[in-house]
Amino acid sequence: MAKIIVITSGKGGVGKTTTSAAIAAGLAKRGFKTAVVDFDIGLRNLDLIMGCERRVVYDFINVIRGEANLKQALIKDKRIDNLFILPASQTRDKDALTKEGVDQVLQELQTEFDYIICDSPAGIERGAHLAMYFADVAIVVTNPEVSSVRDSDRMLGLLASKSRRAEQGLEPIKEHLLLTRYSLTRVQKGEMLGVDDILEILAIPLLGVIPESQAVLRASNAGVPITLLDELTDAGQAYLDSVARLLGEDIPHRFVKPEKKGFLSRLFKSREETIA
Amino acid sequence: MTKTTRDTSNTSFQLKGGLFTLTVIYLFNPELTVLGEQLAKLVKQTPKFFQNMPVVIDLHKLQPPSATLDFTSLIQCLREHGLIPIGVRSGNALQHEAAASIGLAIMPNTKTEATAEPATIKPTVATDAAPAAPAVVLTKIITQPIRSGQQIYARNSDLVVLGPVSPGAELIADGNIHIYGALRGRALAGVSGNQSARIFCQTLEAELVSIAGHYWISEDLHNSAMKENVHIYLEKERLHVSTY
Ligand SMILES: Nc1ncnc2c1ncn2[C@@H]1O[C@H](COP(=O)(O)OP(=O)(O)OP(=O)(O)O)[C@@H](O)[C@H]1O
Ligand SMILES: [Mg+2]
Repeated sequence: MAKIIVITSGKGGVGKTTTSAAIAAGLAKRGFKTAVVDFDIGLRNLDLIMGCERRVVYDFINVIRGEANLKQALIKDKRIDNLFILPASQTRDKDALTKEGVDQVLQELQTEFDYIICDSPAGIERGAHLAMYFADVAIVVTNPEVSSVRDSDRMLGLLASKSRRAEQGLEPIKEHLLLTRYSLTRVQKGEMLGVDDILEILAIPLLGVIPESQAVLRASNAGVPITLLDELTDAGQAYLDSVARLLGEDIPHRFVKPEKKGFLSRLFKSREETIA
Repeated sequence: MTKTTRDTSNTSFQLKGGLFTLTVIYLFNPELTVLGEQLAKLVKQTPKFFQNMPVVIDLHKLQPPSATLDFTSLIQCLREHGLIPIGVRSGNALQHEAAASIGLAIMPNTKTEATAEPATIKPTVATDAAPAAPAVVLTKIITQPIRSGQQIYARNSDLVVLGPVSPGAELIADGNIHIYGALRGRALAGVSGNQSARIFCQTLEAELVSIAGHYWISEDLHNSAMKENVHIYLEKERLHVSTY
């Protein structure tokens, strides 16, 4: 049975969709049959980031309404086996997303796939709630700024109280923190919160730190998940490391504030400069 | 046949009990110009805190007690400073009539209030939350971090939290509050009037702490050098912070 992973944040524009595409592609690369589902009804853009916007025929809402079956709506990625996209509807009203409908679609997906990645919309309303409701694992995407940390904290509270697992008294959702758009130079200048500060407030395990990177924009303009880009980028590498950690591998964190000065900090510094 | 997820019944509303902590403004003097000036000064210091804050007007410290109050001007004065008066507590029948006639609620008098005037509190003894209750009320224990937007209320008991309390989270207890972690949100102990209630925490970075309605906001707390392993208690109607 597939594991359901929600990519959520509360705050908008922090990198949820970028992360959904990168992690889904990363898992598929590892040979896991993976579906990535866009819950952002009315504002779909996962299909753009995945580069399949011209192949959308049916969408998530069509399946919920019984106007199409899952096989018709799932779009197979052309670059890599095992990767499928279930796009959101651009036209329908958000209310078309129902708990029963989502449950049914996820259950059907679960029999076919190893991982289901749910790309949550921003906010804490219906779409965001349904994206996380059935999850087994949550990746909380956070930017190193106070408002994003606050919203992530709020979302963690909801994961612990308003999810299916919480309501049914099952084992709680496994929570991971993914820091994105992290700029070491700005952290060192004191313009952004550091990893330690954020971990102290959110108090959940760190899945990875994704550096602020031009490559992300390039990848999304090209419609390629950053983990499928031919060139090895800093952000792509950080996402692949995060996928490995998600699979239980123990890998040291990169792009994090160096604890000791010296060789490491010089290394980090030069990396940062190449990014900027 | 359409599926609907909303549990819409044919009633248009539902009544439920809700618990609120309200700020009480004790009126000493029926003279409103003085009140206006002093409020303006206070609001200037902490403008955000008073924005749209609901308040209850308490009359039991009013001198002379049976003074005729111009409630219309009083309400106007409070509103001008961002407060939202919702009701009146204490006072006599005439005052109540005047208040009710312009739409203020008459709030019940809570027992602990009027008696707590003299400063005869023993600061070193942390007493139980509900001294009058014969049955033992078990302490409420939360073993998870309290996140922004969450509110925990320990009715008639102490509250123990094993973990951090985030900014934007709120702890409320009729008794003491113990936090084995950092307090970054709000903590209100002794909310039903217990002046001997205390707050204990390992790191104090709170947005607000309050004991029996006496509160400090984070600005006041910044002045305190004590941040680690502190307890907060009320003595002579003033909050004190010390280490434990
Ligand atoms: N590591 C990064 N470095 C630089 N830019 C990034 C990074 N991650 C995301 N971005 C950019 O941030 C913007 C928002 O990203 P994305 O759409 O993934 O966020 P989102 O959380 O899904 O937004 P929404 O809440 O609107 O759904 C995009 O322009 C994206 O290219
Ligand atoms: Mg998005």
